[in-house]
Amino acid sequence: MSRRLLPSGDAALLVECDSLEEVLALHDALAADPRLGVVELVPAARTILVAVDPTRLPLESAATWVRRIPAEAGSRVAGAAADPVVIPVTYDGEDLSVTATLLAVSPEALVAAHTAAEWRVAFVGFAPGFGYLVSDDWPFEVPRLDAPRPRVPAGSVAVAGAFGGVYPRQSPGGWRLIGRTDATLWDPEADEPALLAPGRRVRFEAIGSA
Amino acid sequence: MTGLRVEHPGASALVEDLGRPGLAHLGVPASGALDRGALTLGNRLVGNPDGAAALEVLVGGLRARFEGEAWFAVTGAWGPVTLDGRPVAPYAAARARDGAVLELGTAARGIRYVLAVRGGLDVPPVLGSRSRDTLAAIGPEPVVAGQVLAIGPEPAASVPVIDQDVAFPPPQDAVRLSLLPGPRADWFTDAARAALFERPWRVSEQADRIGVRLVGPALERQRPGELASEATVPGSMQVAGDGQPTILLADRPVTGGYPVIAILDPGSLDAMAQVRPGQEVRFRHAHRS
Repeated sequence: MSRRLLPSGDAALLVECDSLEEVLALHDALAADPRLGVVELVPAARTILVAVDPTRLPLESAATWVRRIPAEAGSRVAGAAADPVVIPVTYDGEDLSVTATLLAVSPEALVAAHTAAEWRVAFVGFAPGFGYLVSDDWPFEVPRLDAPRPRVPAGSVAVAGAFGGVYPRQSPGGWRLIGRTDATLWDPEADEPALLAPGRRVRFEAIGSA
Repeated sequence: MTGLRVEHPGASALVEDLGRPGLAHLGVPASGALDRGALTLGNRLVGNPDGAAALEVLVGGLRARFEGEAWFAVTGAWGPVTLDGRPVAPYAAARARDGAVLELGTAARGIRYVLAVRGGLDVPPVLGSRSRDTLAAIGPEPVVAGQVLAIGPEPAASVPVIDQDVAFPPPQDAVRLSLLPGPRADWFTDAARAALFERPWRVSEQADRIGVRLVGPALERQRPGELASEATVPGSMQVAGDGQPTILLADRPVTGGYPVIAILDPGSLDAMAQVRPGQEVRFRHAHRS
């Protein structure tokens, strides 16, 4: 595995990996062996941002920590070890049948694949609580909408690229909508505000369709 | 209970503190006061802890009445500030009597006043902070006319006696800002990296707490293609497809898909919070400490 350390101001490093799998492994390893003075550990598709309080952890020390940590140790973070979050879904999304057609499967087969897959939250971005879900079991690469919708309803269950996701609240969005859930994805008042925090395992469960 | 009755909020009045760091992995940026130096100075002038919540007032136009006696200080932007019609010294602690009316006129220098009150603004925290995040819509709602903001109990520390004010108001002419290298500096041509430091830039009208778009020569890339979205830090200068840079501020999205060519050093980030649309900006290399 190669890791490239890129500068990101006087209090952060951007660590670039070759693949999302390496990001997940390295993030797990860093999260399992934390250093005092690390303020943020933000995984994304190819990178992890390591933001520090430089008075407690100099950037040089953070760089050494990142360079030396063995990612293959693969000790899973707490969220990954726990039971998967189960999200109940009504599969009646506006784009369900068109998306199935694009992927040359039936809508039923698409739903079956979505519910059979074990997903994992790779990273969170775009909006508070919007988790990018990946799964080894999910065989599809889904093209985004040509023009994003100005308003996607909260709770919309969507797919795009190799990712799955659920819109935590109403926002613009270009992912294809296949269903909806009443689950609370984002609650700033809760002890754990994001249902889908990085590392969490996730399953979708069909509760009916229109 | 001591409070501040906002009779008119002006263009925008937001409660801000030092933000909510540590939640970026959940998609929540730290947010907080854009001019952090102005916030901590204001708080120190009235004996508060650095991170007490204060009011960030854009441009001016705020009129507020004290309910109960309170110490306060106005920092950040520099303009006509009056208490019951009499001028108040900038960047200094002053005492307001019960019923006194504070007015912040249109700023002559800088663009964001910080109004700190002794005891801090006591609004309910969200995710550990009293900061309004304008993009994520987290934290106290923007202040509206008629709203009364509770002022917290006075801290143990006394109001410091300061013999002489040392005040550095925001500059009126070109602003000099320092840049550290960004993670994707090598995506740009040598000419683009040189132009960044050699040419003047102008702040556009597209400037808010999320980011400030600059106008100048197009910064050309030597590496084509898409960047997978990655986490950004406050002060990141990302360059859009048209070559124009945007400096991301406290309320930016946590991740961005445009390459970041450079990053403002922390002192310059505070200065950026006070730059007005139309003002000229020049960049220099920051010296790593």
